[in-house]
This record gives sequence, structure tokens and C-alpha cells, in this order.
Amino acid sequence: MTDTVLDVRDLRVEFPTRRGVLTALDGVSLSIRRGEILGVVGESGAGKSMTGMAILGLLEPPGRIAGGEIHLSGDRIDTLSESEMEQVRGRRIGAIFQDPLTSLNPLFRVGDQLIETIRLHTDLTRDQAGQRALGLLREVGIPAPEDRMNSFPHQFSGGMRQRVVIALALCAEPELIVADEPTTALDVSIQAQITALLRQLCTERGTAVMLVTHDMGVIAETADRVAVMYAGRLVETGPVDDVVRRPQHPYTAGLMGSIPGLRSDVEELSMIPGSMPRLDAIPPGCAFNPRCDKAGPRCRREAPRITGEGAACWLAMEGSTA
Amino acid sequence: MTRADAILEVDALERRFDVSAPWLNRLLENKPRRVLRAVDGVDFQIERGKTLALVGESGCGKSTIAKLVTGLHPPSDGAIRFHGDRDRVQMIFQDPYASLNPRWRVGRIIAEPLRTLRPETTDAEAEARVAELLGIVGLSPTDAVKYPHAFSGGQRQRISIARALAGEPEFLVCDEPTSALDVSVQAQVLNLMKRLQREFGLTYLFISHDLSVVRHMADEIAVMYLGRIVEMQPTADLFANPLHPYTRMLLDTIPDLERPNRNRSPMRGEVPSPIAPPPGCSFHPRCPLANDRCRTERPSRTEHVMGGRVACFAAEEGRI
Repeated sequence: MTDTVLDVRDLRVEFPTRRGVLTALDGVSLSIRRGEILGVVGESGAGKSMTGMAILGLLEPPGRIAGGEIHLSGDRIDTLSESEMEQVRGRRIGAIFQDPLTSLNPLFRVGDQLIETIRLHTDLTRDQAGQRALGLLREVGIPAPEDRMNSFPHQFSGGMRQRVVIALALCAEPELIVADEPTTALDVSIQAQITALLRQLCTERGTAVMLVTHDMGVIAETADRVAVMYAGRLVETGPVDDVVRRPQHPYTAGLMGSIPGLRSDVEELSMIPGSMPRLDAIPPGCAFNPRCDKAGPRCRREAPRITGEGAACWLAMEGSTA
Repeated sequence: MTRADAILEVDALERRFDVSAPWLNRLLENKPRRVLRAVDGVDFQIERGKTLALVGESGCGKSTIAKLVTGLHPPSDGAIRFHGDRDRVQMIFQDPYASLNPRWRVGRIIAEPLRTLRPETTDAEAEARVAELLGIVGLSPTDAVKYPHAFSGGQRQRISIARALAGEPEFLVCDEPTSALDVSVQAQVLNLMKRLQREFGLTYLFISHDLSVVRHMADEIAVMYLGRIVEMQPTADLFANPLHPYTRMLLDTIPDLERPNRNRSPMRGEVPSPIAPPPGCSFHPRCPLANDRCRTERPSRTEHVMGGRVACFAAEEGRI
């Protein structure tokens, strides 16, 4: 028995459209161990949320998984039926989204929402479920949880609401939590509280966390390992220290250089020329090659792939782009 | 205190909003009038050609100040003195999707301030000027005939900047100009704004919640909390030697990419409602240094021995 919770192998997601099939994810391979936080980072349209949604089985039609496998603690889940997947979601995989208001029902008391979710996934009685709900609210740091059980979502602040959503995701003690931009809607001081909470839960409960965000700072503070995405492909994976300090892929390096405030004395931020290609215009070879100043003939011809750690770049993998 | 070279002086600025329940409800349910003090006694000056940044969390009043300075809201009290041409103030907004008219071609959007400022401009002159402005912000002159939907977020923000430049501004109010953009696009827009400042001698009032961006852009920083400026210092000094406990906490929230996964204590509590701010120093419920004086008396901004201006009894008394 291994402690690998999530294992995604060569995942491919396609969207059939009138003008042909768009490949939204291409050859994405990831794994997360027990108690580990994997940060998935990228800019808008890089496919990071799409990866999370594919794992949750929540791809918007006509999007479909066209290749690859997703395993949860050894069980293959990408081939499950919709009703089987409903059993997995909530019970074995918890989800936290950007806007806490969309995850909470505005008409029900927070305590009742927690109790209902717990009873849906376990055999506990209402009283036992109530005790567990109270314990969860306490664990996620809601002050006076006994009183707050009877409050409605609108009576909580944004940061407290996100804590409630985290409690909701923890109801059935899932093996994996997919957190999609959980701190993006929050103020900076609250952001730090939420990421600290995620880290603490991950360490104490041994939950594996997939943290999807555009914010390299959040990743650096929270994640153990990081996967950088670009145009629906994985460009670099590795321990957060290595990727942040010694990025191997030219895109990762450019991304790091464009973050202001690292060195206060720079007059110009480094820029990556151009912008990410649209899904219907991904160039052949390495998707980054038109924006890369190190690109050679091989980069324009053949797409580099990584399955484990490292950078999907011919220069980093083979020392040459010829 | 008046600086000879100040382009904008703001004195004891106040903006109150009446957020009371409707009249009938007040009458029937015996509810009192409620007033939200979005901006509560703010003063600052900006030197010509410099950038002053206002930073703070949601609801601290920074965007209200932007609207007061540009005249979108009248102030409830206090004075805004602009030493220059009032027509030469322009604004760049946060959301590049909401701030451009989707039914207008880009050329018409950019020419709009030009036609207001100089009604005698001929079509040919306007067209030439639009082409020039598009070039300045790094777009192509042929983009003038397209509609905003054809552009990405970063390109739209360039169009907003071109439109602002069409008014030949001396002074630009930028309200979170890059917070809707991806980091690599943000870098492009920030670099563009710095270049334009150098080339045209622009003065910026730069509003942002992002301390890293502010550090890159600003000459001086004013930190706001619940409608007041709690600390104001030149950028390098503020980062080297923050005086107010709130500033220190904010600085501690900046993720440090050089030292990932460092241990730090997240800031306690949340910003209280601006409708019922705490008595005394409004930061006292979250402040580790608060004492009885902080809970009852309100600190005003004073010159600190280390330089800079800070509104904090702990800093004043040397308890920090």
C-alpha cells in the first residue's frame, strides 16, 4: 500500500465544437501524497481549474475526458458513472471554491447545512452529526461555534464564510480536497489566515490538498510541491523551493520575474512578450515556443512532456533545442 | 504644511454616506439614522511627477478617495485643492470589461476625451491622434476600428490608458488598474505606466490593495484603515521601518518568494464594520499593543521621531 492519494496520468480533456475539437488539457500527469499540498498555478486559461473540475467529475458538457486515467487511493475514478461519482464527491473528495456564497445555501442555517452533509455521507444520528458539526466549526476557527450554528451564511464575513465552506468540505473526512482559488476573493490579512488553516488541517488530518491558484505568493506560502501549467499543459513540477528559486522552464522563470516587489530596486519588471495562445491556436511543438527566446527547431516540431518532476523544456531535459 | 510643488492637496477630507433604513421603517421600527464615514478626516499632498499610493483592505475608503479627487462624489467636508488644470485629471478603473463601452469602436472610445477637451478637433486630426495613442500604449493603429470584445483584459487596460492620455492629463487617478489582470500581463501594464510617467511627467494617485505592486510603483505610501490614513512614509522607509502595527501586519502578509513556507503568525481578526467603528483607535481590537488610552482616545497623525507620519499612541510613546 502506498500513500499516494491522487494519481493523474496523461490526462486529456477535449471540447468538441462546430469548428473542430479543442484540446483543453493535454498530457497532464500529477500525483499528491497523504498530507501533501500540491499547488497548481498558471494564468487565466492555463487549464488549472479545468484539471480540478476533471478530477471532481464536474466538467461542463460538451467537455469530456478523452484520454488518461485518474486514480484516487488506487481506485480508478474517471470511468465511474455520474451516480457513482456523486458518492465519491463529498465523501472522498471535498471541494472548496473561490466564492464561498455559491457553496452555501442562503436559506438554511449553517449548522443545519453541516449536519445534513454529515448525515448524507455517514451513518451518524442527528445528535452525533450535530456534535461533529460543532467540532468542525471549532476546528476551522469559528469563534463561539455554539451560537454560530444557528446563523445564516449572510451573517458571516467573507473570511468566516470561507471557513464554513472548509468545514463543509471536511464533513465526511475526505482523502483529497480540491481547493480552487480559495483565497482570491478575500483581503490579504484574511488570505493568510485561510492558507494557514489549510496547511494546519492538511498536516493534522493527513488530507491531500490540490490548491489551484493564480497567485504564486499563495503557493510559495502554502504548498509543498508545485505544478505550473500553460495552455492546458504541464510545464514544470517540483518542490516549491526549487521551482520558485531555480525555475527550469523559461515560462516559469518569466512568470517569477514579472512578480513585482521581490527586488525593490528594479525599475522595469521582466516581461514575457505576447500572451498565452487561445485553445484553437496552440502552436505545434512546445506551446510556449513563439514567446520563448531560447526556442530552437526542435521546440517548434516536437512537444516536450514530463510525467514526474522537472521541466517540460527540451533545453532543460536534453540541454539542446536543435 | 504646503509643499510648493504639490499638484494636489487634500485637507481634512470627509465623505459620509447615509445608510439609514427607509424613512417609513425608521418611523415604524424606531430605527436611528445611520451614517457610514467612508473617508474620515484624510489629508495628503502629492508632488508633481510623483506617485502616491493609497493601500488598505476592502472598505478602508481608498476608492472613495479616488471618486472624491476626480469629482465623481462631492466631499461632505474638507477641501481638495488642485494646482493645475482641473480638466487634466483622468482616471483608470479596475475592471477593463466594465469601463469600455461595448457598442463603441476603440477609436471612438479613445477620441471621446479629445472631443470634449477640444471640440474644434477635425475627424482627420482625431484619427491621427488615436493612431498615435494606440502606438504609445503598444497597440496597433488598425485596432481603432475594432470593438472592445476583440481584446484581452491586458489589451483593454491599454485602451483605458490610451483614452486617459487622450485628455492630455497631468494627473491620473488609477483605481486598482492591474488587479483584474494576470501577473505577466500586470507586469506589461505596470511597465507601461512607469514609462508614460517618465515621458509625460504624469502624477499618479495609485490605489491598490497589493503591497508588492505599490512597492514597485509608488514614491510615497499612505496606509488606510477604516477611512483614515494611519501611516504615511516614503516607500523605501515604509518597507524598511514600518511604524504602525497595522502596517507591520500588512507587510507580514506579503508572501516571501525568497523564503517559501516560512512560519509566521497570521493577522488576528477582521476589519470591523465601518458603520460602527470601535471607539478610540479603530485598530485597537486587532492590535497587540493596545492599552486603555488606545481604547478611548483617538490618535491623530503626528510626525514621528524616525521620520514619517503615524497615527498611533504606541509609536508616539515608544511602546512599539
